[in-house]
Amino acid sequence: MSTTLPDDRRYSREHEWVRVDGSVAVIGITSFAADELGDIVYVELPEVGAHLAQFASFGVVESVKAVSDLFAPVSGDVAEVNDALRASPELLNTDPFGEGWIAKVTLGDAAEIEKLLDAAAYAELTAG
Amino acid sequence: MTEAAAVLRHTPLHGSHRALGARMVPYAGYEMPVQYTSIIEEHRTVRGAVGLFDLSHMGELHLSGPEALAFARYAVVSDPGLLEPGQAQYSMLCAADGGIIDDLIVYRVEDGYLIVCNAANHDAVFAQLESLRGHGDFDVALADRSEETALIAPQGPRAAELLGRLSDVDLAVLGNYRSTPGRVAGTECLIARTGYTGEDGFELFCAARRATRLWDALISTGVDLGLQPCGLGSRDTLRLEAGMPLYGNELDRTVNPYEANLGRVVKMEKGEFVGRSALAAVQQTGPQRRLVGLVMRDEAIARHGYPVLVDGAQAGAVTSGTLSPTLGERIAMAYLPAAKAVVGGQVEVLVRDRPHPAEQVKLPFYRRPKPDAA
Repeated sequence: MSTTLPDDRRYSREHEWVRVDGSVAVIGITSFAADELGDIVYVELPEVGAHLAQFASFGVVESVKAVSDLFAPVSGDVAEVNDALRASPELLNTDPFGEGWIAKVTLGDAAEIEKLLDAAAYAELTAG
Repeated sequence: MTEAAAVLRHTPLHGSHRALGARMVPYAGYEMPVQYTSIIEEHRTVRGAVGLFDLSHMGELHLSGPEALAFARYAVVSDPGLLEPGQAQYSMLCAADGGIIDDLIVYRVEDGYLIVCNAANHDAVFAQLESLRGHGDFDVALADRSEETALIAPQGPRAAELLGRLSDVDLAVLGNYRSTPGRVAGTECLIARTGYTGEDGFELFCAARRATRLWDALISTGVDLGLQPCGLGSRDTLRLEAGMPLYGNELDRTVNPYEANLGRVVKMEKGEFVGRSALAAVQQTGPQRRLVGLVMRDEAIARHGYPVLVDGAQAGAVTSGTLSPTLGERIAMAYLPAAKAVVGGQVEVLVRDRPHPAEQVKLPFYRRPKPDAA
């Protein structure tokens, strides 16, 4: 069950990822989170312009069985959301690190990245 | 992720679930498979082909002796006296105040009556029966066969075809809610045409030590029929589409059968039984609240416990809700004051503090297509 984690990004203990590209941070959930949730059928996306605070809830994902909060891995203002998830929430299951990205935010404080785990540390967190 | 030091029990098929890669979760004191691949996929397998469930966690209590029938008629709200040999009926055990202790199925079997109850309520059901037996002066023996009994349920439109390959029992004459002793893949079973999915299907009771053999035979024989093992996740979405109540969600000690639209199960005319006077009073006045079906009119999914608003004020609560894999709609069940429970009535469900529109609909949400001259 060892899925390789992309090492171009950082991970939160709440199972979100963030990939920083200049001043923009792309965020999503990990394959571990998606597998745990099962079939994802609904994503409540943040609104463009909304301010996210690091580790605070910013949206919701629902599987057939349960509701889970999304927690922002970094602070910032939402610049774009992945509208494809409205029609195809299952992208979170099929491609959580790619097509299933959730939002792009303008990074507020780059130092926050240091509070997150790298791929190796996150892999250890979710092992076993 | 870690359950607080609770020691979870295993069914005889625990090893098989592990080997099949099931995701195991705590349920009613057992570690049970919630899904093997995907809840939606398993749900569709049961609607379109045949799914296989391990229900060995459920309780099997057996009544025998000269007054087994008199006792059963006194203990449950239905009338087991109406059962022909081999017939079964859906029933409930109610307390003196009319509150539901459990919903269950009573099977008339060769040597008495078999009561199949929810795993979570096994102890409460056993205690209630034991107490009634002690106080009521009935000549009846109560045996708890839960531990020694496994229960495997092939459910779906191709379940009969599957069983036909493995059993010499004439399934054409085994009607809905009928059971018969018989062999399946060489294993002695009680073969019952019952289920909790809204599809045709069977529940096979066998000795716990034979469970793995029976399970493996069903799995390998069903491959070309599209059989898949199915977990409790799809069991829940299937029963919800079929409008069937789940104890702990729609039913509990504070709910009486009339509120849950199960008044037809209560047989007043049979004479005295536990809960009779309380239930007769409810029957006279009509229930205060009623279980209704809801379909959401936007993207929100109603979940257990979410408030339901009528004319902007909280009037009830959701008992179960999900995205229906078969219908593609967001369905739910909820309790509403009887006066507000009207098919077509518009309500709102409070989802994360925001009201979302929903419409009351007739239950069930899903009814299986009638077989064309079987």
